[in-house]
Amino acid sequence: MGLELYLDLLSQPCRSIYIFARTNNIPFEFKHVELFKDSVLGKKPAAASGAERPRTGPCLSCAEDPTSGCSTPGPSNSEGDGKISLLKKVPVLKDGDFTLAECTAILLYLSRKYNTPDHWYPSDIKKRAQVDEYLSWHHANIRANAPKTMWIKVLIPLFTGQPQPSEKLQEVMEGLSTSLKQFEERFLQDKAFIIGSEISLADLVAIVELMQPVGVGCDIFEDRPRLMEWRRRVEEAVGKELFFQAHEMILNIKELSNIQIDPQLKEHLAPVLMKMLK
Amino acid sequence: MGLELYLDLLSQPCRAVYIFARCNSIPFEFKRVELMKGEHRTEEFRKVNVLMKVPALRDGSFTLAESVAILMYLTRKFKTPDHWYPSDLQKQARVDEYLSWQQAHIRGKGSKLFVTKMLIPILTGQPLPPEKVEGATEELNVVLSQFEEKFLQDKPFIVGNDISLADLVALVELMQPVAAGYNLFEERPKLAEWRRRVEEAVGKQLFQEAHEEILNAKNVSADKIAPELREHFKQQLLKKLHSSYRKLHL
Repeated sequence: MGLELYLDLLSQPCRSIYIFARTNNIPFEFKHVELFKDSVLGKKPAAASGAERPRTGPCLSCAEDPTSGCSTPGPSNSEGDGKISLLKKVPVLKDGDFTLAECTAILLYLSRKYNTPDHWYPSDIKKRAQVDEYLSWHHANIRANAPKTMWIKVLIPLFTGQPQPSEKLQEVMEGLSTSLKQFEERFLQDKAFIIGSEISLADLVAIVELMQPVGVGCDIFEDRPRLMEWRRRVEEAVGKELFFQAHEMILNIKELSNIQIDPQLKEHLAPVLMKMLK
Repeated sequence: MGLELYLDLLSQPCRAVYIFARCNSIPFEFKRVELMKGEHRTEEFRKVNVLMKVPALRDGSFTLAESVAILMYLTRKFKTPDHWYPSDLQKQARVDEYLSWQQAHIRGKGSKLFVTKMLIPILTGQPLPPEKVEGATEELNVVLSQFEEKFLQDKPFIVGNDISLADLVALVELMQPVAAGYNLFEERPKLAEWRRRVEEAVGKQLFQEAHEEILNAKNVSADKIAPELREHFKQQLLKKLHSSYRKLHL
């Protein structure tokens, strides 16, 4: 049993891993996890046995091997974080009996194990530090706001039946704008890519996140020519065809409205989402 | 001009960098940036880090922000002992995994409790409603359980038998809610034992020295903070606290 990658391409971190593995010809088995279909509450209502362990998705590996150190939080009965965290079950990597979560960790592991070209995570310690710096900053900044556009424009209406909250969207877009300004000022500047003349993990992680608002109709590249140019370079560097294939789902997000969302999941998440709208 | 580390020991990531550099005898110039005086928002500091955050590093003309990046840079430049960031592929991955997960979890919830229980009351002169503090405490407890179950488990340290960057980063974050008066180690003996081991591994005296300021933070009163800053901090923190989408990480 070789390398397995548990991914749902609706998720940005999953896309960065997918693109990275494919563009570097890393052999892996694609384990498709459909976040909105694979209910972690179990396929049947918990009539017979209270907490039925999930039978789908990567947490199967946790159930089988509790020492695997899988960090993705399991299904939880507590309010708020527990329920939302079920959506953080991807990406997960399984390499024999080694299980790993967290996008950055997975990308770094793959780059090391498969000796990918140096530019992805340069051996020069200053350039490497610049990649680390970006990957760290990205979490609390770009990743704090970009994903929310999808929640507000698509998922919340889908789950709760309520129209999208426009003031929230404006708040999010403003936050995203600030982050983008810092991105251009501090990280990209006048360079072709974040660390200079070649693409690295930093660019890949950034671009997949910025495609989320694009997918839901908030085209952040529209009035940002420098960013647009950078995007074009990144697409070319990984391969345009691969890039679009990875983004097919998110770019056709309207189709999501036709997805059969597991009714238990919907029931579970709707009140939590409603609370968040306030 | 050698290595400069721009730090305020009130900040958890700054303490991690400080302790790491000191316990590895890395020569550096300690450049104090007092957040409460707004020194991170000066033009001079902006030259070091345009994002106006600490910790920051300057090594000749090379500047670097983000504590994890700084820690990793230091391990490489000064070739610190392997256990800090092991060369073994899987162990290294475990450190990366923790450092990534902790941002939204241990760091996120630990800070939230500190801000809710201590910082905002200092800035505004009044406590927040008790449900807010209870809520923040509950959220921290959820991630503490996850930390114990998934990361620490029954091992002496997160990645096995030796301390690594993961343990250091974890412990400095947990000291923040402790400084706010929430003694989370009291009811969690496994964590308390782990804490003792981490303190011993870096050196008890160094650990205590690094935490002196934050542990005396209760004595900070609003008038120690520059007035124009007080308002700025207040707005920032209240905004962060009320942001209902903080939990969404899809």
